Amino acid sequence: MPSTFSRSSIDELNHLIDRYPTKQAVLLPALHLAQKEFGYLHHDALKAVAAFLDLSIDHVNGVATFYSMLRQKPSGTNVLRVCTNISCMLRGAYDVLRSFESELKLSPGESNDMFTLVEEECIAACSNAPAVLCGTSYFYNVTPDQVVSIVNDLRDNPQPEYEAMS
Amino acid sequence: MTTPIITAHLGNPDARTMTGYQALGGYQSLRKALKMQRKDIVAEVKTSNLRGRGGAGFPTGIKWGFISPDATDVVLVCNADESEPGTCKDRELIYWMPHQLIEGCLITAYALKAEKVFIYIRGEMMREYKVLMQAVQEATQAGFIGDNVLGSDTKIDLIVHRGAGAYICGEETALLNSIEGRRGEPRIKPPFPAVVGVFQKPTVVNNTETLSNIPHIIEHGGQWFADLGTERSGGLRIVCVSGHVNKPGIYEIPMTMTFRELIEDTCDGVWKNNQIKAVIPGGSSMPPLDVSELDVPIEFDALMSDERIKPVEVKPGVPFDLGGGRKLRTMAGSGGIVVMDHTTDVVSVCSRIIDFYHHESCGQCTPCREGTGWLSKVGKRLARGEGKPGDVDLLSTIAQGIAGNTICALGDAAAWPVLGFITKFREDFENKINNQPKRVS
Ligand SMILES: Cc1cc2nc3c(=O)[nH]c(=O)nc-3n(C[C@H](O)[C@H](O)[C@H](O)COP(=O)(O)O)c2cc1C
Ligand code: SF4
Ligand code: FES
Repeated sequence: MPSTFSRSSIDELNHLIDRYPTKQAVLLPALHLAQKEFGYLHHDALKAVAAFLDLSIDHVNGVATFYSMLRQKPSGTNVLRVCTNISCMLRGAYDVLRSFESELKLSPGESNDMFTLVEEECIAACSNAPAVLCGTSYFYNVTPDQVVSIVNDLRDNPQPEYEAMS
Repeated sequence: MTTPIITAHLGNPDARTMTGYQALGGYQSLRKALKMQRKDIVAEVKTSNLRGRGGAGFPTGIKWGFISPDATDVVLVCNADESEPGTCKDRELIYWMPHQLIEGCLITAYALKAEKVFIYIRGEMMREYKVLMQAVQEATQAGFIGDNVLGSDTKIDLIVHRGAGAYICGEETALLNSIEGRRGEPRIKPPFPAVVGVFQKPTVVNNTETLSNIPHIIEHGGQWFADLGTERSGGLRIVCVSGHVNKPGIYEIPMTMTFRELIEDTCDGVWKNNQIKAVIPGGSSMPPLDVSELDVPIEFDALMSDERIKPVEVKPGVPFDLGGGRKLRTMAGSGGIVVMDHTTDVVSVCSRIIDFYHHESCGQCTPCREGTGWLSKVGKRLARGEGKPGDVDLLSTIAQGIAGNTICALGDAAAWPVLGFITKFREDFENKINNQPKRVS
């Protein structure tokens, strides 16, 4: 899948190259843009980033694989991040996660067209535990019986991560 | 009730906009600061006794003082990577009061003669990123950010840099590597960032809450801030209370308040009228308190030295020594206070904490990479009730081998809570082993 950045991404990257002290420093923003544009970071996407920033493909690949939000495989439209860290665990997060698993018929880390289910570490919403994040939407104090309506809501009003942000 | 300083307008959507923030007196401190001598701003912050809210409690004015007044290429970095389990204040500060943070960054940049500011915001905080970008745009249009800040010859460029999912990037040198477009692996210190920081330039890294306090210190003076605090720690601080209390939330409190007062009064007590079993005082990396240790004020020095807190032991009778004769008790850390009631399986909580640090280890140091894996394996089998005799001591031995032997403090962050949980709740661990169904044949 040969990948080329769109005109607007190229403009944005050039603008960032002007502002950052080195070209390499534009790598994380470029990887975010590539993921937004190409869906996930397949080899051709990484190659496009490397070429644009004059970096080696090995360096780009090394960085891309370090960060958990950068994906090497396609995701569902909604990436559901269910926190199970301690504050959420103490208030029932594992029951919430299990409800998502059975409602979506996905295990953590798996995707279908519409959803990717992620067992997430603390998402800084601990005093509203258990907490779930999807794009720019937070769900607070989630109980297992709310899971069906959360899923239905996201089916009707999807929250793709990158679109929700702009 | 103390009047909050930086959380006073949380929940008020008007405060998020340029107009609303200015109506509350916003950006007056920046105007005032631009008329002050740079060294006088640093002096005010020294007087204020403000200590870093990112976890270590390092005095902010002293940190700024490490930057030479002659340096011309200083960089200011705001750490908005908040991800220590139990901590949820920076995200709220950005979401509700983005201009307060920007104003704090701009005043600090002026004081340090920094022409570049990076706000490193955690990748998962997409809602907050959107809000912050909007605010930066407003501040640029208003002339607070740019080549001639408010018509002066002060030049400040502010870049919001998104992380991409890695807890370790909250560690300041990993964060700098991440800005440079590298893997977020911590650097060996020294050199410290003030000497060789991002892009080899002198760099100051401060937490979001730390910087949000700056406009108020400039408005009311360092002495005012110092007077609100304790002898060596100025101001109020935000605590994030979670777990088994009736009213979890973020509260900006005086540091003379004790854990018991916070839990019983501010948070309306433990849920279901239960008893307290354990309290994590400052994010998941900090050794827990037991129910006999809650009358200690929530303050940096008190938690490290108060005789009412048991020193964390590695083996029975041997206190864990931080060096220089300092016994590790616990620390106020990031302000994340996690309350556990008497029904809590603390072994499972400890195991979940270990798994987190194992997952987030960057893998550079063998003791951390391998040690957290071993801890995780032993912790999991203990939590499942499948522990073997000797496992508790095994956990201590591994944890002791990690602590102090790694490049960054993530190793300690994994080891300390393990040692703390074992010191305070050894019986719970032993019971998990002893109460297993015995195989008869
Ligand atoms: C593993 C690890 C994770 C950290 N995560 C954060 C974080 O998410 N946010 C933060 O402000 N500081 C974090 N810190 C502390 C920073 O390294 C640094 O001390 C702090 O940002 C300095 O700001 P302050 O002086 O204003 O506290 C972390 C430290 C370690 C060792
Ligand atoms: S202590 Fe752990 S996280 Fe820190 S540098 Fe070493 S391996 Fe990486
Ligand atoms: S522990 Fe779940 S949001 Fe912090």
